[in-house]
Amino acid sequence: MAANSTASGSLAGTLPLPRHRASDSLWVEALLRFRRHRLAMFGALALAVIVVAVVAGPFVYRVPINEIDFKAKLQGPSLAHPLGTDDLGQDLLARVLYGGRISLAVGVAAMLIAISVGTVVGAVSGYGSGTTDHVLMRITDLFLSLPQLPLLLLIVCLFRDMLKKLLGPEAGIFILIVAVIGGLRWMPVARLVRAQFLSIREKEFVEAARGLGVSPLRQVIRHILPNAVGPVIVAGSLDVATAIIAESSLSFLGLGFPPDIPTWGRILFDAKDNLDFAPHWAIFPGTAIFLTVLSINYIGDGLRDALDPRKVIG
Amino acid sequence: MSTYLFRRTLIAIPSLLGISLILFTVLALAPGDPFEELATNPNVPAEVRLNLRAQFGLDDPLPVRYVRWLAAMLKGEWGFSFASRINVDTLILQRLPTTIFVIGSAQLLGLLLALPIGIYSAVRPYSVFDQIATTFAYVGFSLPTFFTGLVFILVFSIYLEWLPFIFRSDLSATGLQWAWEMFRQSIMPISVLGLFQGASMTRFVRSAVLEVIKLDYINTARAKGLSEWVTIVKHVVRNALIPVVTLVALQIPGIFTGAVITEQIFRVPGIGSLLITAILANDTPVIMAIVFVFSCLVVLFNLVADIVYGWLDPRITYR
Repeated sequence: MAANSTASGSLAGTLPLPRHRASDSLWVEALLRFRRHRLAMFGALALAVIVVAVVAGPFVYRVPINEIDFKAKLQGPSLAHPLGTDDLGQDLLARVLYGGRISLAVGVAAMLIAISVGTVVGAVSGYGSGTTDHVLMRITDLFLSLPQLPLLLLIVCLFRDMLKKLLGPEAGIFILIVAVIGGLRWMPVARLVRAQFLSIREKEFVEAARGLGVSPLRQVIRHILPNAVGPVIVAGSLDVATAIIAESSLSFLGLGFPPDIPTWGRILFDAKDNLDFAPHWAIFPGTAIFLTVLSINYIGDGLRDALDPRKVIG
Repeated sequence: MSTYLFRRTLIAIPSLLGISLILFTVLALAPGDPFEELATNPNVPAEVRLNLRAQFGLDDPLPVRYVRWLAAMLKGEWGFSFASRINVDTLILQRLPTTIFVIGSAQLLGLLLALPIGIYSAVRPYSVFDQIATTFAYVGFSLPTFFTGLVFILVFSIYLEWLPFIFRSDLSATGLQWAWEMFRQSIMPISVLGLFQGASMTRFVRSAVLEVIKLDYINTARAKGLSEWVTIVKHVVRNALIPVVTLVALQIPGIFTGAVITEQIFRVPGIGSLLITAILANDTPVIMAIVFVFSCLVVLFNLVADIVYGWLDPRITYR
């Protein structure tokens, strides 16, 4: 970047100082830094391919996910079934594409819940300080020491039937899983936001806002929060991966989505007893989970490098 | 030291109370009635059911029920498993050693991998070794344990036929033969979990060592002629381990997630697979007890981490 602006500076025949363009905002600089992170770019590209495949795939590849054909059961990859078939002769490519929609949707929705709750708790804690802060941080610590998966299993198992009745099998389970995964993942975000708030609220520009009589809510939303958003984005991106793994684990244990909704974890659950004669059945959804999580982790890493305020460009 | 231990233990008590409160709330909010079966059974008159409810105190206000439940848990009266027809505590005590063995060995394997690899990577950052190690670390913690488990079974049990893929607690062999069989069947569950733990810990170790290694006192150590080994081990690693311990402690609840899954894949008879069985059988007393045991283990390991922390960092006073 430094070399770049020097070059453009000397080309224009002006002083070799980096000119401050209007577009040189935090976000443009972050984007530039992100684009130099090779693995993160690879991750972003891979994730884009996966998202497009999963969103648009079922419109292009129009094989139904639940067409049973016993003549073609447990077949390896072929022209008719590019990823092979399962024990009912259902096409795996169609199922993996459809399952990806749900897995990704669960990941994103749970992440949104986690960062919303985390940001609110962290903001109240960091701005409020005193007793509020103390109590909220104790609660955060408490939630951090809960065993995630066992509790997730317990809650899903206890409330599944009620939500199924209320909202139908698909929506009910989706909301339950998303809420519980999100509800057990907000603590790191809360801690990050609180730490940011503690330092930012003492900065001069916040003091200036306070001096001008800006209301506390407006101080938080307009002045502090925008400056604390970097670490939240990083944590949020990584949370998508954790949530996808959590949902897959749940489905893999047979306690997530019902069998007619083939999420990636659910396909693996069905495949695991047929490993010896139909390995393709487990390999493809497993690879899909792995590639998605790996890309998201690389993106998160790139975002961390790009948004880290300690890093000066150049 | 003993007062420090005592204080840390005292701090653990409120967290256990908090966890028990959360668990109880979840259970109290849940729909369904433990005597639902009786309600649908025509041979049981309604009065009997109501008497039972009163006897078990289900009609009391929630705080009263919570205190009574907590007291029973503390006294070791964990109830009776609906499915296995034995006391919950006996059931759990049968299964717990296996789980602790698997988790402990996996964690040890993870540390044995992560420490040398992470340190060497950080000593020579951006070298070929570092790049390979970092790539493997990323791949390792992006691979969910349930998928690695299946791939391991596929490769080592089905294609190579080296290792058994079902963990048996009733091995007929004795003596050395038993130890060998036990070792063979433990390899896969432990390495699946250990590799996952090791992969994420490698990144922690690497970044912690990188932070420390460029500090001035390391230059001083080198300048006064200490050997590279002494500099790295005594000066760098000891300080770098302080944040690592914190991160490892934060990861502890995650190990139990991995344990539940590996136990399920390899049919290891630990409390993780017991949990799944209990959930499928709607065996609420067992489920509650296991979740509570897992929480206690988390708190216990956090306590251990605190003690290690105090030992690593003398600046923390034992008061």
